[in-house]
Amino acid sequence: MSNEAAMHGHQDLVTTHELHHDDHHVHHHHENFITKYIFSQDHKMIAKQFLITGIVWAILGGLMSVLFRLQIGFSGETFPWLSDILGRWWVTAEGKITPEAYYALVTMHGTVLVFFVLTAGLSGTFANFLIPLQIGARDMASPFMNMLSYWFFFTASIVMLCSFFVQTGPFSGGWTAYPPLSAIGDASPGSKTGVDLWLISLALFVVSQLLGGLNYISTVLNLRTKGMTMTRMPLPVWGLFFTAVLGLLSFPVLLSGFILLLFDRHAGSSFYLSDIFIASTNTALPHEGGSAILYQHLFWFLGHPEVYIIILPAMGLVSEVMSVNARKPIFGYLAMVASMFGIAVLSFLVWAHHMFVSGLNPFLGSVFVLLTLLIAVPSAIKVFNWLATIWRGNLRFTPGMLFSIGFVSLFISGGLTGIFLGNSTLDIHLHDTYFVIAHFHIVMGVSAFFGMFAAIYHWFPKMFGRYMNNTMAYIHFWVTLVGAYLIFWPMHYEGLAGMPRRYYDYSQWVSFNQFEGLNKFISIVTIVVFAVQLLFVFNFFYSIFKGRLVTTRNPWHANTLEWTTPIRPGHGNWEGEIPEVHRWPYDYSKDGRDFIPQTEPISPNESSH
Amino acid sequence: MSTTAIFLLLILGLGFIITFQIAKASEYVSVLKGEKKSFQQSNRVNGFLMVVFLVLGLVALGWCHNLLYHKTLMPFPSASDHGEKVDNMLRITLAATGLVFFITQILLFWFAYKYQYSEKRTAYYYPHNNTLEIIWTTIPTIVLCILVGFGLYYWYNMTGAAPKGAAQVEITGRQFNWIYRYPGKDNTFGKKYFRAISDVDNNMLGLIWEDKNAHDDIVTTEALYLVKDEPVELIINSRDVVHSVGLPHFRMKMDAVPGIPTRLTFTPKYTTEEMRQITGNPNFEYEIACDQMCGNSHYSMKGVIKVVTRDEFILWRAKQIPNYKLAFPDEEGTEAPAADSTAVAMAK
Repeated sequence: MSNEAAMHGHQDLVTTHELHHDDHHVHHHHENFITKYIFSQDHKMIAKQFLITGIVWAILGGLMSVLFRLQIGFSGETFPWLSDILGRWWVTAEGKITPEAYYALVTMHGTVLVFFVLTAGLSGTFANFLIPLQIGARDMASPFMNMLSYWFFFTASIVMLCSFFVQTGPFSGGWTAYPPLSAIGDASPGSKTGVDLWLISLALFVVSQLLGGLNYISTVLNLRTKGMTMTRMPLPVWGLFFTAVLGLLSFPVLLSGFILLLFDRHAGSSFYLSDIFIASTNTALPHEGGSAILYQHLFWFLGHPEVYIIILPAMGLVSEVMSVNARKPIFGYLAMVASMFGIAVLSFLVWAHHMFVSGLNPFLGSVFVLLTLLIAVPSAIKVFNWLATIWRGNLRFTPGMLFSIGFVSLFISGGLTGIFLGNSTLDIHLHDTYFVIAHFHIVMGVSAFFGMFAAIYHWFPKMFGRYMNNTMAYIHFWVTLVGAYLIFWPMHYEGLAGMPRRYYDYSQWVSFNQFEGLNKFISIVTIVVFAVQLLFVFNFFYSIFKGRLVTTRNPWHANTLEWTTPIRPGHGNWEGEIPEVHRWPYDYSKDGRDFIPQTEPISPNESSH
Repeated sequence: MSTTAIFLLLILGLGFIITFQIAKASEYVSVLKGEKKSFQQSNRVNGFLMVVFLVLGLVALGWCHNLLYHKTLMPFPSASDHGEKVDNMLRITLAATGLVFFITQILLFWFAYKYQYSEKRTAYYYPHNNTLEIIWTTIPTIVLCILVGFGLYYWYNMTGAAPKGAAQVEITGRQFNWIYRYPGKDNTFGKKYFRAISDVDNNMLGLIWEDKNAHDDIVTTEALYLVKDEPVELIINSRDVVHSVGLPHFRMKMDAVPGIPTRLTFTPKYTTEEMRQITGNPNFEYEIACDQMCGNSHYSMKGVIKVVTRDEFILWRAKQIPNYKLAFPDEEGTEAPAADSTAVAMAK
């Protein structure tokens, strides 16, 4: 179905030149397959590399969740055919997923989705793709560092992938990797070689994030085109900018925590270890004086900003897609920027709400309660602004718009349960139960995915010069939205029963085995939703090669600069001069005009806003 | 691979092909019909689905609640005094967030339906309104401050010092069960040191035998016995990795961290027997669930709390043999037989 239909009355100039998909480049430097597709320094190609690597990881990470859901939902049944596919370490010959495999899957699912998919795949993709295009730059400040950023991520991916094939299995102590479990090989087979590979992989990943982040920040600050003041930047750029700052300030802390953990593992130090007795060997370890809590502080000092690293880009992207398709300016642009800034600052001051029941001093806990609940204020402002944006709009339900609306719905649902968990009084009961699983999957898992899908559908024409198929996109959206609620909403009830997360089997528990039927239901829905994601993946790759061609520069009638580039921009983005910017990016339906691009000078008789 | 698996994969593959064909066909149809017309059509369908989703979603919410509410702990009273505060906080938070949830979700999907694309309408250019921003900054701030106020009031209530005369019991996590220690008749825990731990020598906690206070300490892995209506202070330890003492029925939880003892105070309100009647479940037990990933058998790290009356507790205590006796069965200690005298001491 048509994306151009909404043009009504505005016929863009389509030059024959454009229809030949200007594959030639502004700089006309020699490019062969390797420099163009592999070691590319073009930010658009690097964005696609991030995206496709992210998609591959998303499929693997999703598949892991299907496997462990099989165990949770069907713990009484066996799957001998899985044993043939995955091997005996993962599934016994009788067809039972082993506890080692289950915990490895849970751990890897978390690690992969948080870091590789929702950090690299989401902000890596769209920071690379949109920052130069939307601020009017030919490329990143340092294209070479940008390339390195991807290849460090790629190397991290390979190392992580390798850990699946070591004899003792991948790391299986949960994605938070709390020591002493993660520090002592004797405590768990997954804590042997698996942890080392996990730590090395994530250390490489941190390097990738820092190289990328420095680049994003310097690009935004230095390479904006003429007239593009900070307050004229589209909201995705703001979101990605704050994200980069957060990453730059918090990832090094995580790295230091990991390095200390490596020392504890191999150099005999006692940063995190004290008073440990190993039953299997009947010996006490020599470590004394360390604090396991220290690691938790270091981890969550990244770990909490990390969830905002994931959600801020999604917020920015959704704001843009929503405004374009509501044909209405985003409501409260400055309030949106200010609330993102508020979230970014507060995100550094709330980390210990993950540690209310770790034995934290109750007074310290109370400070974190206050700050954690305060972060709901900027989040609420954003939600109300989105609602005001679609109020009295003229909504085009493009796939991007659908996912934006879904994002807001999920963000509300998941955000509100954060008010439960951020309150230490309730956290005592709900901590580490399925309530937490439901909360963070809705608010930063699924909704960040929705932001990502919105952005992929919306900017796909710019990325590949083709459209994705809308029918498949509609099926994808509705099944995913309904499925996400069916999967995660009932988990709140399991949490209210105190059902702990990360349990391989609940059958021996009088307190939790009443949810057998529900667990089965959730697992079935998970499989359906996963299958529909494959439909998206198919649509994505099929459309790259066979999708309907884009025939106009500005298919969505958007104001921002990326739509002033050729349909298939070469390295350097604009053929001639970089356009100059004269206004903010959200002049939709102003003075009776459907849209006024940023490049259009303000006319003297225009009303001011 | 079994035939069912192949069959399922076939269905999946077929579903894919059919969906793909329909999707392709509708794209061609839209080209034939005219892009504008087909856009309007699909926009109407999606707009309609928005309101369908809203209505069915709200119905499903109610249905889900009816189906699952009685499976949670909420229909039953909390088994501890502190747990009641948690339940109160839960109700307050639920009321506040529930209201916001319904208002915002209804507005979101209703707006989406109502303001779907129409040729006749132009969107209303409305970039900002500072009064509105101030209103929806202030109101959430006030509501959240109220929630913080309640939360902290309860929090300090629960985490404050244990009441005078609270019984102390030590609970120590290890892969993958719990060890409980009672101070014995002298009401004083003996010293312990992790290097003295030895499972083979029957000294699971590393009690130091030079310390006489340790001689009457009772160490057991059977169950944690607590007395109804008497405050208890759990002293929580771990022997290896981080565990967590999760007590869903008491609405309590505290991590067990090696090297850093933690504490948890509460007063049990119902005996296990009473709770069996309240819940109508003859198999009911107060289970201790490990809530912190601790290794491959994390899921089976179960402990049991038996809440009993004081008399039953004394009887149980009388039957326990101190760890010292178990570690040195042949030794003729100078102590009187611990069990009986303890019982007498406790009874007074």
